[in-house]
Amino acid sequence: MIKITVESDLSTGTETSARADGRAFNELRPLKISAGVLERADGSAYLEMGGNKVLVAVYGPRELHIRHMMQPDKAVLRCRYNMAPFSVDDRKRPGPDRRSVEISKITSEALTPAVFLEKFPRSTIDVFIEVLEAEGGTRCAGITAASVALADAGIPMRDIVVACAAGKSNGQVVMDLSEAEDKEGEADLPIAMMPRTGEITLLQMDGHLTGEEFERAIDLAVEGCMKISEEQKKAIKERYGD
Amino acid sequence: MIFVKDKEIVVPGDVLADEEYHTGRGTFREKNNILSSLVGLVAIRDKKISVIPLQSKYIPKRGDVVIGKITDIRFSMWNLDINSPYSGFLPASDVFGKEKRELSRTFDVGDVLFLRVVDVDEVKKVKLGLKGRGLGKFRGGILINITPTKVPRLIGKKGSMINMIKDETHCDVVVGQNGVVWVKGEPEMERVAEKVIKMIEEQSHTSGLTDRVRNMLLEILGEIQEESEDLEGSEEEEENREEFIQ
Repeated sequence: MIKITVESDLSTGTETSARADGRAFNELRPLKISAGVLERADGSAYLEMGGNKVLVAVYGPRELHIRHMMQPDKAVLRCRYNMAPFSVDDRKRPGPDRRSVEISKITSEALTPAVFLEKFPRSTIDVFIEVLEAEGGTRCAGITAASVALADAGIPMRDIVVACAAGKSNGQVVMDLSEAEDKEGEADLPIAMMPRTGEITLLQMDGHLTGEEFERAIDLAVEGCMKISEEQKKAIKERYGD
Repeated sequence: MIFVKDKEIVVPGDVLADEEYHTGRGTFREKNNILSSLVGLVAIRDKKISVIPLQSKYIPKRGDVVIGKITDIRFSMWNLDINSPYSGFLPASDVFGKEKRELSRTFDVGDVLFLRVVDVDEVKKVKLGLKGRGLGKFRGGILINITPTKVPRLIGKKGSMINMIKDETHCDVVVGQNGVVWVKGEPEMERVAEKVIKMIEEQSHTSGLTDRVRNMLLEILGEIQEESEDLEGSEEEEENREEFIQ
């Protein structure tokens, strides 16, 4: 059972924070989400979070031509996470690498529990995540944008999946790590969840945390997810707003 | 208890009502609540609550009439794209009977057909047929794709919307339940009809649409008339095809 804690032992505000960008320990980077940005995709979303810029396109449900992938009782959800060569300071060699193959897989696994795949047997839903600019936490940004794009495509879902990271940097447990905090910091803990039920669909960690720090980090990440979730819903409604 | 108003926009995971209500399309039950599974507008009818999606794909159903495009010719059937996750096929026997003829002479790849869904089997193979009034091949014209759930809106009450477009633009208009619309008339009028149909799709979730569509049509047609004042304005009356009305 996940408990959402309000800042209890640590007083809030920047005065207690030693973060490089001056954020409070439980403050997200500036966030912007818009839905339905691509003309030809069935659903799409664009997300900016701090220095991250992510574009997601969803196609489907559509015909699956690869026979051995076909599921007789449900659709398959295929994800492709890709970083543009110009998304990082040193040019990234284009094409899939070990990191992006892993993120593609965990993205698909993070989204699958929320989607009613059984409504479209023998078909496929394709999700393409393009990272245009990266500044730490792109997998969370990708998952967050992907679920907005899925909703925009009219795909039935139990909930809108949302992702956020927490971690430890400079000896302090903080929400939504930036690139510098991720690289220099002691630990990174990205999670994805369904905000209504609180079910966690992704939990990864690298670095070292004590048991107590781990729980604080999870609580912080969940709190971040709740905030982002509101923005997701707003973005979807705004698309059809007046 | 109900937590939303009629025609309110909801997103997946929104709680709509509790157990006193029945689940309709686009909703699901979890524990004691009814929740939305789609982005759409709430529709409450008596004790049944449903969500009308703003975007969807066509799922073939027996008896529907659809517009399809031939993608492939096989030994004894045509394969068709029906703007759906499942492709359709038209058996040669349905067209020729027992006679044996070359398939590509009758219908070739790229031809557009108006068909009926004869059967959808458990492996989601969609069998199509051409038997019925008005079914067959289209010659010329343009195709417009809209979201299938907006087809009833495009047709209007007893065809009011679609008939207005037909009368004003003097075009033939056929609507398939898979969201494909075929329009044929003067090239200029085809473009007018396309513009109007796209506008209906975009604004289908608002009310008072029929009046706005009429104003838009009259406005565009007025402009065209002014431009072609000196040109010949006589337009030949197109024969009206039997269109499908839900």
